[in-house]
Amino acid sequence: MSVTLSIIYLIATVTFIVGLKRLGHPDTAKSGNLIAAAGMGLAIVGTIFIHDLEVPTIIYILIGIAILVGAIIGWLIAVKVEMTKMPELVSLFNGFGGASAALIGIVEFGNTDISTTSASMVATILAAVIIGAITFSGSLMAWGKLNGKVKSVIKIPQYNIVNNIFIIAVVGLAAYMTAGSIDTPVLLYALLIGGLVYGILFVMPIGGADMPVVISLLNSLTGIAAAITGVLYDNMVMLVGGILVGSAGIILTVAMCKAMNRTLASVIFGSFTANGGGVEGAN
Amino acid sequence: MDQIIEFINNNLQIVYIIILATFVGVELIKSIPAVLHTPLMSGANALSGVVIVGAILVMLHSDPTDYLALALGFVAVVLGILNVVGGFAVTNRMLEMFKKKK
Repeated sequence: MSVTLSIIYLIATVTFIVGLKRLGHPDTAKSGNLIAAAGMGLAIVGTIFIHDLEVPTIIYILIGIAILVGAIIGWLIAVKVEMTKMPELVSLFNGFGGASAALIGIVEFGNTDISTTSASMVATILAAVIIGAITFSGSLMAWGKLNGKVKSVIKIPQYNIVNNIFIIAVVGLAAYMTAGSIDTPVLLYALLIGGLVYGILFVMPIGGADMPVVISLLNSLTGIAAAITGVLYDNMVMLVGGILVGSAGIILTVAMCKAMNRTLASVIFGSFTANGGGVEGAN
Repeated sequence: MDQIIEFINNNLQIVYIIILATFVGVELIKSIPAVLHTPLMSGANALSGVVIVGAILVMLHSDPTDYLALALGFVAVVLGILNVVGGFAVTNRMLEMFKKKK
C-alpha cells in the first residue's frame, strides 16, 4: 500500500474519532457528522485512485456507476423521507452495510484458495459472511416492523432455546469448515442462509417499542462486520472504523436501554409480554 | 487454543488496535444526553458504511472476465455507498431538526 493512501486512511480514522466525539454534544453534533463524512469521502476516493494495481478502465467505469447510483438513491431516500420515519431508515441503511460485508465475504471465499490459506483467514471470511447476513436480514426485519409491513410477533415455544441452538449450529458449521479447510460453495451458502434466518429469528419476537435498541445493537454488529473485512484486507481505516462503531454501538445500546428503564437482556430475551417504555420519545 | 495464540502472535499489531479502538469507542460514547441517542446511532451507522472500502477493493482486484465477482462487488459498492451517503444525510437532517427545536 502506498504511503499516501496510508496517510489518507490515518486522517480518515482521526476524523471518525473526532466526528463521534463531537456527535456526543448538542452544540458540536452537526459539525461532527460533517467531519466524519468528509473523512469517509477522502477514504473512498483514495481507495479508488491510489494503488499500484493495473486496473482496466471498464472496472473504473463500473465503480463510478455503482457509486453514482448508490449515492443518488441514498441521498434521495434520506432527503425525502418523513421525519417520523427516520429510525426505520437508519435500520434499512444499516442492513445495506451488512449485506455489503456479506457479499465481500462471498467473493473472497471464491477468490481464496481455502486449502492453503491460514485457518484464521478462513474464519475471518466466514465471519464476515455470517455477521453480514445477520445484520442484513435483522435490519430489514426491524425496518419492516417499524413501518408496519411486518405486524405479527411470532411466538415460537421455547423461543430462546431454539434461537440459541440455531446460531450454535451455524457457528459450528463455520468452525468445521475452518478446521477442515473446506471450500465447498454449498456449505458457504448454507452459512449465508443460516445467518439470514438467524437475523430474522433474532428480531422477530422483539416488540416494536424496543426496536430502536435492537437497531442500535445491529448497527454495532455491522461495525464488527466492517472491522472483520478490515482484517481481511489488512486495512486500517476499516478495522478502526468498524471497531469504533462496534464498541460505541454497544455502549449506546446500553445507554438507550437505561433511558427507557429497561435492561438489554429484557429487551432481547423477555420481550413476549413487555410493551416497552415509549422509546419513540428518544429522538 | 493453539491456533488462537498463534493468531494473536501473528497479528499482534491488529490485536493491539482492536483493544485500543474498543476503549476509544467506549470513552467517546460515555454519558451523552438521551436526545442525542438517535442521531448518534445514525452517525455510527453511517460510519459502519466504511465497509464500502472493502467493496471497492473487491472490484479493483477483480478479473474483468470474472463476471460473478464483478457483479457481487458492484452490488456491494452500491449498498455500501447507500449506507454511507444515506447515513450521513439522515444524521444531518436529524441534527437540523434538533437545532430548530432548541
